[in-house]
Amino acid sequence: MSNIPADLRYAASHEWARLEADGSVTVGISDHAQEALGDVVFVELPDVGKQLAAGQEAGVVESVKAASDIYAPVSGEVIAVNEALADAPELVNEDPYGNWFFKLKPSNPDELTALLDAAGYMAVADADA
Amino acid sequence: MGLRTPLYDLHLALGAKMVDFGGWDMPLHYGSQVEEHHQVRRDCGVFDVSHMTVVDVQGADAQSYLQKLLANDVARLSEPGKALYSGMLNEQGGVIDDLIVYLCDWGYRVVVNASTRDKDIAWMQARAEGFAVELRERADLAMLAIQGPRARAHVAELVTAARAALIHDLKPFQGLPEGDWFIARTGYTGEDGLEIMLPAGQAAELLNELVGAGIAPIGLGARDTLRLEAGMNLYGQDMDENVSPLAANMAWTIAWEPSERDFVGRAALQAQRADEAQPKLVGLVLEERGVLRAHQVVRVEGVGDGEITSGSFSPTLGKSIALARVPAATGERAEVEIRGKWYPVRVVRPNFVRHGKPLI
Repeated sequence: MSNIPADLRYAASHEWARLEADGSVTVGISDHAQEALGDVVFVELPDVGKQLAAGQEAGVVESVKAASDIYAPVSGEVIAVNEALADAPELVNEDPYGNWFFKLKPSNPDELTALLDAAGYMAVADADA
Repeated sequence: MGLRTPLYDLHLALGAKMVDFGGWDMPLHYGSQVEEHHQVRRDCGVFDVSHMTVVDVQGADAQSYLQKLLANDVARLSEPGKALYSGMLNEQGGVIDDLIVYLCDWGYRVVVNASTRDKDIAWMQARAEGFAVELRERADLAMLAIQGPRARAHVAELVTAARAALIHDLKPFQGLPEGDWFIARTGYTGEDGLEIMLPAGQAAELLNELVGAGIAPIGLGARDTLRLEAGMNLYGQDMDENVSPLAANMAWTIAWEPSERDFVGRAALQAQRADEAQPKLVGLVLEERGVLRAHQVVRVEGVGDGEITSGSFSPTLGKSIALARVPAATGERAEVEIRGKWYPVRVVRPNFVRHGKPLI
């Protein structure tokens, strides 16, 4: 059973999003996603400054098994990326909620409410399992 | 639901994530594929390979039949216990399967792949016409591979004195019976180790004992990265019926002499051998971050294009490696297209890690 924190929002494509106090949105991949991927060996992150639309490809996570695209859960500008993942991609497996991928300055914060809550995402993850 | 080995329930009990492999429900990993990989390189691990197909060949013409059937020559097996690796080719020189054949005192034991079972057996039976041979599939056997630098020592501690003595005495690529077990010093990892064929009913007990003694169960995921580092082909990926063994790094498995031995595919291979345009299977190493994958395009400047046949992350080397079929004139550098971008790669002999040590 994968861990799905109740305080986050989720995309059906398995990213989590957290609205921070400063109005930015932090993005990572879910525990269910890291488990399905297996050992993560490489993470390709978007460039800081890039404008992303909700649902647009933002990067790639590669496990030993396969490569998977990561999508922006909401629209906005990339304001930071987690450089630690370049040297230690396995952190994604160890703590998928502590090791974020990138932060966005959302262009439309209302998009967050359109994302799944924990219960909604649990249904997606279960159907996927 | 797929086919199940006698160890299916035990895999589930050990927490395996199961996947379909050639119609079989097999363990992909039991937690971390990378950890399992390291376990085999550093100590040892145990794989369920009961899905593989064992065919015993007996009869007065067993040798001449296999000399016709296989590109390698079983006459090279000088005494019971010796084994050789061979391609089984079609008339066009394509690889129907790759296999290991052991000489036994009663005939030959042939081990072919799981995913190719039906066509292999049909082919072997059709070729048997006119030969006094009997083919018997040994679905009653299970097979465990225990691989790693400490594999033989670990297993020897857990089995009867007679089996321990045999394990101690076996030379690489040798396999002999002991009671109702057949113990071979062979494998698919580039490490020392054993493959044990035994009655299916005993397999769960043996696996339980091995795991109980601290030998980690290893899934197909690590099996694939281990064999890739060892530069060993995977049938269906690195070669198939449309690929010549000459283009699959299997030239060493073709016994050209004696020249009068007319094995299936010989005429086609001879023509291919004379053809300088025959591509070759090489190793690739990506020095930058990223992962090489099967079917990515390889570009060799001024020479032509090729294709990756197997690619993954190498846990031992900490970078991505691949096997690729490229033009014969390929030198030491090439480029690979990953998601629309070209990455430089180093071209090496397709043998990356052996006995735990990097070779590149």
